[in-house]
Amino acid sequence: MVSTQKKADKTYKVIGTRPVRPDGLDKVTGRAKYGADIQLPGMLFGRVLRSPHAHAIIKKIDTSKALALPGVKSVITHKDLPTAADIALDLGETTSNMKWLCDKVLAAEKALFHGHAIAAVAAVDPHIAEDALALIDVEYEILEPVLSVHTAMDKKTPNIHPNMKTVDMIARFQAGEPSKVQINNVASILDLELGDLDAGFKEADIIIEREFETGTYHQGYIESHNGTAQWNENDEVTVWLSTQGHFNARDVLSKLLQVPMSKVKVIPMEIGGGFGGKIPMYMEPLAAIMSKQTGKPVKMHMQRDEVLLATGPTSATYIKVKVGAKNDGTIVAADAYLAYESGAYPGSPVGAGAASMFLPYNIANLRAHCLDVIVNKPHTAAYRAPGTPAAAFAIESIIDELAEKLEIDPITIRMHNAAEEGTRTSDGRLAPASLAVKELLEEAQATEHWNAELSDPSIGRGIAIGAWGNAGLESNAYASINSDGTINLNTGSVDIGGQRASLAMQLAETLGVDYDSIKPQVSDTDSIGYTAVTGGSRTTFASGIAVVEVGNKLKEQIIDRVATFWEIDASQVHYGDDGTLNGPEDKSIKFSGIGKILSRTGGTIQASATVKPNTQVATFGCHIVDVKVDEETGKVDILRSTALQDVGKAIHPAYVEGQIQGGILQGIGMALYEEYYYDDKGILKNASLLDYRMPTSYDVPFTETTLIEKPNPGHPFGVKGVGEVPIVPPLAAVANAIYNAVGVRPNILPVNPRRLSVLLKEKNKK
Amino acid sequence: MSKKIVISTDLNGDITEFIADERDSLLDALRERIGLTGVKEGCNNGNCGACAVLLDGILVNSCCVMAAEVDGGSVTTVEGIALENELHPVQQAFLNEAALQCGICTPGFLVAAKALLDTNPEPTEEEIRFWLAGNLCRCTGYDKIITAVQEASKSMQKK
Repeated sequence: MVSTQKKADKTYKVIGTRPVRPDGLDKVTGRAKYGADIQLPGMLFGRVLRSPHAHAIIKKIDTSKALALPGVKSVITHKDLPTAADIALDLGETTSNMKWLCDKVLAAEKALFHGHAIAAVAAVDPHIAEDALALIDVEYEILEPVLSVHTAMDKKTPNIHPNMKTVDMIARFQAGEPSKVQINNVASILDLELGDLDAGFKEADIIIEREFETGTYHQGYIESHNGTAQWNENDEVTVWLSTQGHFNARDVLSKLLQVPMSKVKVIPMEIGGGFGGKIPMYMEPLAAIMSKQTGKPVKMHMQRDEVLLATGPTSATYIKVKVGAKNDGTIVAADAYLAYESGAYPGSPVGAGAASMFLPYNIANLRAHCLDVIVNKPHTAAYRAPGTPAAAFAIESIIDELAEKLEIDPITIRMHNAAEEGTRTSDGRLAPASLAVKELLEEAQATEHWNAELSDPSIGRGIAIGAWGNAGLESNAYASINSDGTINLNTGSVDIGGQRASLAMQLAETLGVDYDSIKPQVSDTDSIGYTAVTGGSRTTFASGIAVVEVGNKLKEQIIDRVATFWEIDASQVHYGDDGTLNGPEDKSIKFSGIGKILSRTGGTIQASATVKPNTQVATFGCHIVDVKVDEETGKVDILRSTALQDVGKAIHPAYVEGQIQGGILQGIGMALYEEYYYDDKGILKNASLLDYRMPTSYDVPFTETTLIEKPNPGHPFGVKGVGEVPIVPPLAAVANAIYNAVGVRPNILPVNPRRLSVLLKEKNKK
Repeated sequence: MSKKIVISTDLNGDITEFIADERDSLLDALRERIGLTGVKEGCNNGNCGACAVLLDGILVNSCCVMAAEVDGGSVTTVEGIALENELHPVQQAFLNEAALQCGICTPGFLVAAKALLDTNPEPTEEEIRFWLAGNLCRCTGYDKIITAVQEASKSMQKK
């Protein structure tokens, strides 16, 4: 396996090395504590009764038989929730509303999707809790389910939420006034526009317009959602859970349970994967309410079918894109129509997909018309570069076709249209700083993979690129120096992909100390200030800035203390890169000796920092893939895979490679294997990890990686968020490779053997 | 109420007696009755391998074995694969090669990889990929996991 790193100029002592993660030992020995590992005295086990129907009025719920079962301590329904207020919630990568959230955790009037939570039970034993579910009688009036964006928007289809109005979005996260155009089941409309579209298309020598669809994909984290709550007699609530944002969870719980934030303590346990799907909450409020009713801690842990049925997958999408280009390959206009399923409640990432799809390119005339469409499926959640893999699949497929028709090399045509400093994006803003599209394409062109001969006519090669911006948002960090010179580092960022290592490394570099002398940990909501979710590729970037600021504040204090100890002026103390302090007359002390000086000059020191960086940048990734297609069966095998990415500065290159390799494989899953299968009644037919087919180790080869380091001017070490963009290019890269192999262009993903066989049959008829 | 049963098994080298519900899977019993929470539940359906343990030396998904079945047998979990005061080479290789991210699938992969190396000390890449296809990982893309098993195999050959 090849792993290449195109290094930035500056060299560092700790940054760029590959130390073992601080949580590693506990994770390889089984000692690491995840949410479901919690055991508390007197703990009850909770379970949720879920709707067997996709769309139904809940006429009556009778819980009396369940309550009478020995061992059952609590049964709750929507009426046990505090009254929900109609307030908007900013969840970091997505938005929601308290009213919708309450209805999602326990359905009020209607079941809105197969698996919608109807009632919850807490019992002394998990088997008894399960038995009790069967004793709850629910009377439903079944309604026709709405299962596609096309049906949903049909004038004849009633609104799933009768009082919902279509609103105009002002920006991705900001809803405006009700729209002049009211479309059934459309929660919001967002229009992004740049230049003059008609004039642009008039300049075109060639226009290609194509339609695309992508399926519903689940994030597929191996750890199911879980949450344990203890409500005490002072109305203080403690919650242990698996979340990407414990402050977000605390704030939502506080509003939903109507308890002050200071009385809700959320303890983030180790998290077994999230990819955006562990930003929303599902069962934690139910555990809290049942704990309040019983006085006992209540643990809830979803079964896998519940995860697939009722937690947020991606939006299934319908996308139509028209692109006009000149004969020399210059793209002069692009017009996109994107309709994304948001599931049962508003809030799909359609705007993010639309904003990101054109980001790699300099196109003077652009429009993206985005529709957020309600259907009777689970409420969608963020999933790694939310909304963007589907949108990039569309534009990157068309660019591949343009390249072919204009007889231009697929990298050359992208290079010709690449965004650079000064390019305007689809919302009219200047392209983010230090964007590296050209550098990425140059490196791709130079790879051994791109230049290797294809050994067999049934093998095809495809390439695609993609973009995703990293979020800023709030981060808090503090650190204290112990009397032996070791350091405790606390941050509010959940560690989902190695942040404890990447943050400790940034502090070690700032202070000039060894990585091993720093013990990083994730603090609970009582122990540090508000920190936004681990998502949006923000943590190593934004929490990293906070940690560096903490390091600089510690350095200032150390210099002052050493000056006091040496009885000189602070300006005479030099803090060296290796953590050694020097003064006049050969005065010198290593960092390891600082503890003694601190204790003699007023005690140990600590520093904290709060940051909310606004210097977001975009990262760009590229995937090159070789596939072999079996024309008889339509089966596609991945033979070779190469990923390139601009990472700004790789703090821990092995973890950056891991993010890229993991993202690429999820993208391959979207391209070839994964999909929700609903029947015509809206019943999910493949709610298991056998039938929801995620890639295994046997499906793929190694993914070779190239890390390009074009530093981010908005971060002290040049970090760009790396976690999300790798999932973006593989969908189109695989589709383009299939075209290269067999001459058919997949326009519906996943292109499983069934779909590809149909395309191949159509081709052979011609 | 369902029946409770008393089970005696050799668990990670020590005879262990515990009380379980007759409906408990081995996974339920290990996690909820005994407290060996290193064994992870991913799907409870035999599809993901997170709960892999060795039962009488054979790799099984503990969610698909009834607790009652292990009476008189022997069970090895992730907590029992380390050598005395020293990690098993496959555990060390997972750390060195950055073969874990969130870590929830790691115990299952480690037990499965140990089982592979016990019977096939020098597996090819193809054999490793085939053997581990019963274990799902969603974070790593498997690259560094495969490399780690290759490294563990090499380090075990040296010993």
